[in-house]
Amino acid sequence: MSLSLQARKLACERDDRWLFEDLDLDIRAGEIVRIEGPNGSGKTTLLKILSGQLADYQGELYWNGAPMREARQAFLESLLYLGHAPGVKAALTPLENLAWYQALAGSRSNEAARLAALESVGLVGFEDVPAGQLSAGQQRRVALARLELTPRPLWVLDEPFTAIDRDGVAALEERLVIHARAGGCVLVTTHHELRDTAELRRIRLGRGGQQHARH
Amino acid sequence: MPGTNAPSPATESRTPVEATGEPGAGLAVALWATLKRDLVLLMRRRSEVLNPLVFFALVITLFPIGISPDPELLATIAPGLLWVAALLAALLSLDSLFRGDYDDGSLEQLLLTPQPLSMLALAKVAVHWLLTGLPLALMAPVLGIMLSLPAGSYLTLAVSLALGTASLSLIGAIGAALTVGLSRGGVLLSLLVLPLYIPVLIFGAGAVQAAILGDGVAAHLAILGALLALALMLAPWAMAASLRISING
Repeated sequence: MSLSLQARKLACERDDRWLFEDLDLDIRAGEIVRIEGPNGSGKTTLLKILSGQLADYQGELYWNGAPMREARQAFLESLLYLGHAPGVKAALTPLENLAWYQALAGSRSNEAARLAALESVGLVGFEDVPAGQLSAGQQRRVALARLELTPRPLWVLDEPFTAIDRDGVAALEERLVIHARAGGCVLVTTHHELRDTAELRRIRLGRGGQQHARH
Repeated sequence: MPGTNAPSPATESRTPVEATGEPGAGLAVALWATLKRDLVLLMRRRSEVLNPLVFFALVITLFPIGISPDPELLATIAPGLLWVAALLAALLSLDSLFRGDYDDGSLEQLLLTPQPLSMLALAKVAVHWLLTGLPLALMAPVLGIMLSLPAGSYLTLAVSLALGTASLSLIGAIGAALTVGLSRGGVLLSLLVLPLYIPVLIFGAGAVQAAILGDGVAAHLAILGALLALALMLAPWAMAASLRISING
């Protein structure tokens, strides 16, 4: 499966400050790309630009070789984005939350798949508890269950390890590697130190537009 | 994956390729799920649903006390009064239309689905009307009795409000989408939306007035219907564009 997300001469300005300038990126199938940098260096902004949420940038984005403007529909069908906020409704149970995401992804309602996804994130027994009564880590796990529920090749994850316990972090790290090996692609920001694997690549954003991409 | 130590073979062999059905079927599924989700959410926070209805009932109850219990005087001002109170009640509830989704990140997800955002936003507005506009329209005749509204005009009142509040929900949703990113968007929302509400108010109250006077109400209702058709055509695109702007900022 081929998959490529390219950025050419990407630049973004916020409050009279360049977060990054002349950023060239080539993200391909089988990679885990970790975006690093201090707080406020534009990691989330970069992820939002790369996931097609922000239009306020300079430069060009290409999805599988086609300009993002033309390929947007195909891009969205391949994208799974998890942002800072987990996107989990407190008044709904984990099962109901996932049912909505399943439907948004265009798949038919399938309770067995939802239960399996919840099981994979260790939420057996919490299926029918309103998400508001779950801990922050458990709510994050409900959001992470979408990785299993709606298989998409490109994962864009903004701080996915927040509030997750140590076992959960190890398992999620493992999951990212499996996804990359299966031909998927992961873009991630995290302050957690990822294990060095063949798939891992780091992109460093710094203050004042100094960035280096290195393998 | 967190929580299990060893990945199961099933997940390992699964390729991360999305199996998409036909786009039309996918949209129907997504719309239905959004309708259901919002209905369930609002039914679990009943106070939010009841607030506009209580406001409507309170305002209408206070008027005869504040002005005069004279049935003739009340009957003359009743159509306008009922319509203004219903309009304000509908406006009150609009601020929360996209707010919850914005706060918990669901709105970002809504923007990133392959389904058209305008249609999904329309589903949210439909829920708003079902739980605000429709109950207001059904309640109005009862409150009309309190204002000694002539008996022949109850049906016209309910129908004009049902048609009119649908337009109000659609127009108001554009304002709600524009102000969702602001922490105190409530006042701005009212200022943005109220001028656009005036045609609906004029023809809505006009329909009830015509019913009282014994004129034909068809023309007024037809214009309300035309306003609704126009709002249905334009509001979804405006909402989608407004939501994109709000998320961008």
